[in-house]
Amino acid sequence: MRKLLSGNEAIAEALYEAGVKVAAGYPGTPSSEILLNLVAHGEVHSEWCPNEKVALEVAFGASVAGRRSVAVMKHVGLNVAADPFFTFAYVGVTGGCVVITADDPGMHSSQNEQDNRHYARAAKVPMLEPTDSQEAHDLMLRAYDISEAFDTPVLYRTTTRIAHSKTPVELGSRTEHEKAVEHQRAKYVMVPGNAKARHKLIEERLPKLRGLSNELNTVEWRGRDVGIIADGVAYQYAREVFPDASTLKLVMSHPLPDARIRELAAAVKQLYVVEELDPFIEEQVRAMGISCVGKDKLPLLGELSPEVVAKSLLGTDKSRKVEGLPELPPRPPVLCPGCPHRGIFLVLAKRDIFVYGDIGCYTLSSAPPISAMDTCLCMGASIGGAHGMDMALGEERKGRVVGVIGDSTFIHSGITGLLNVVYNRGMSTIIVLDNRTTAMTGGQNHPGTGFTLMGEPTHRLDIEAIARALGVELVHHFDPYDLKATGEALDRAFAHKGPTVLITTRPCVLAPARITGDHVAVSDKRACKRCAACLKIGCPAISKVTPGTDGKKFDVVVSEDLCVGCDVCVQVCKFDAMRRSPP
Amino acid sequence: MTGKVTNVLMCGVGGQGVILASDILAEAALRAGFDVKKSEVHGMSQRGGSVVTHVRFGAAVHSPLIRKGEADILVAFELVEALRYLDSLSSQAVAVVDDVKRVPTTVSSGPFTYPADPAGLLKERVPTTLIDCSAVAKALGSVRMANTVLLGALSKKVDIPGSVWREAISQKVPRGTEEANMRAFEEGRRLAGGA
Repeated sequence: MRKLLSGNEAIAEALYEAGVKVAAGYPGTPSSEILLNLVAHGEVHSEWCPNEKVALEVAFGASVAGRRSVAVMKHVGLNVAADPFFTFAYVGVTGGCVVITADDPGMHSSQNEQDNRHYARAAKVPMLEPTDSQEAHDLMLRAYDISEAFDTPVLYRTTTRIAHSKTPVELGSRTEHEKAVEHQRAKYVMVPGNAKARHKLIEERLPKLRGLSNELNTVEWRGRDVGIIADGVAYQYAREVFPDASTLKLVMSHPLPDARIRELAAAVKQLYVVEELDPFIEEQVRAMGISCVGKDKLPLLGELSPEVVAKSLLGTDKSRKVEGLPELPPRPPVLCPGCPHRGIFLVLAKRDIFVYGDIGCYTLSSAPPISAMDTCLCMGASIGGAHGMDMALGEERKGRVVGVIGDSTFIHSGITGLLNVVYNRGMSTIIVLDNRTTAMTGGQNHPGTGFTLMGEPTHRLDIEAIARALGVELVHHFDPYDLKATGEALDRAFAHKGPTVLITTRPCVLAPARITGDHVAVSDKRACKRCAACLKIGCPAISKVTPGTDGKKFDVVVSEDLCVGCDVCVQVCKFDAMRRSPP
Repeated sequence: MTGKVTNVLMCGVGGQGVILASDILAEAALRAGFDVKKSEVHGMSQRGGSVVTHVRFGAAVHSPLIRKGEADILVAFELVEALRYLDSLSSQAVAVVDDVKRVPTTVSSGPFTYPADPAGLLKERVPTTLIDCSAVAKALGSVRMANTVLLGALSKKVDIPGSVWREAISQKVPRGTEEANMRAFEEGRRLAGGA
């Protein structure tokens, strides 16, 4: 029976069917649902790792043990895992191994839109790219055969549109694949002598993989006026805009199928390369001496879409002309009502402090109305960054710089940064927003939650104990719903002569341990002076209704459905107009 | 079954059930025998931002995204969100819209203005079925079923039998809410008019 599955769901089912024994990853949009779906199959040991580097090493270890394995991450996660990834390409596999990179063209939920196809070329490994969910499923099964036949990890790339689009899929059943554990030191110990021999094998492997690419990728012959070369979801857009074109669909996009490309180029009058982000395919086609149209017309930035492909290549635009509409208010994502991150950033915004931020929901506090974050670079960078500024500013630094990082991000790559602060005699104040979940990606477990991906209870990492073990003398917990206590915690940290770690005590409002408020906030229209202080905390439960009662410009209204009773707005109001409702 | 692909664009605010509603439409289209593609982006959608999903069904569907200017039906869970996607609609398009205003923080605490008469602006530009789905759902037991009321109204505009819709709804809504959702669906159908 055909089922409607997202690319991620189809991949999870294929991993199960391929006989995968060990699956490891770190949550990251748009990849997170792969392991969340795979974990439903008890036969597969599935785990969240502290970061992607560890996940890839776990997958490698399972492969050496002769079992099929997978490492799952978003595009920037592969940067973290790049160290083992490149040498994994040298040692190859025993049990098949696939590394999934989920790229995010358009940056729906990412800090950059790097094109991870370059990783396949740089590491000299085969790369597969599905164009819909059925292909995501079928190609994953092929990926394991390729991995074992060519003794290589396979890079499997999706993008947000493939990962999160649902299309019909026929599923199969699981087959087991197991090989014996062997000591193969010349293959697996990468000292220079062994690595030199392995590098030679890698170079000899590439032409063979190119041969496979010429088999796997085929031209769909239609008209001869236009030829298209496309990979991933770009293939679907090209089919939509050029229904009559002969099309080379690249499900294996590294190495490229040179014979198929020459065949298509020779047969058509005009050749287009339709790809998102970088001219990865186009540059290689041009290097073959074949002329084509590509990034000279298509954008380098953002996602493609049918209208972008049509507008860029044909100059046609079917968009409806909408005239006479007023400017519409944008609706960006905001911190949830009752979000425990709100209080600390409201306090930081009131002071002259440079805030090194990090990756998570709290990055939303960089935007108006809170506007209290000054940097966001990559996972863990808040701590290294804050220390760097401390060192740059010298004696005057204390009390002017903080690093702010979430619990999952701290565990991912903040611990080494904190060790660096202590080791190099830094004075940084680091605030760990411990909401006890990986919130931004939908609330996954991590070593600080006390539960594994498979739902088993486990040791719960103690962030305070870690900080103390690294040498931080002042570690202080505070309630971020209590604005006074939050300010005092900061004062205490800034007065301390040495590095400080402040840890928040409230869980994510969306997490299983959410607060169960027995009350909501209510605005007293008579006491309200319309100063708008409560509106400036950026809570979606509080809104402005115009015109107001008794000739006032506006009223403040709190939505009973949305308010969870965190009381931050009650504390912000100077006129006692925002109150707790009777329980 | 004709070769024509039906394009339904759904939009609203994170947390309103836009994604579940589009899942139900896509499931119903699959059960009715169509090829289907549904596209959405989640990740930040739970945080109160604009949410949009594309559902396309027909004999064969390629792109998971509707090309701008080719959406046949706009299903909007909020008035300003409906206005935001007008450029995606074809010249023959119709709209099914929840008559509700959700004021974003960019208005409450920012420089932007919420249009005075968004329903009027909408109706001037596209034939619109406007239903106060939240009120209807609240009267039926839970405001959370507003999206099912809207689906009921949508069901009168697309070529999918009512019985198939009911199967898809039963499969997708939370356990224990099937009957209440069925009442919400029927009420939406009734309010959209016709048999």
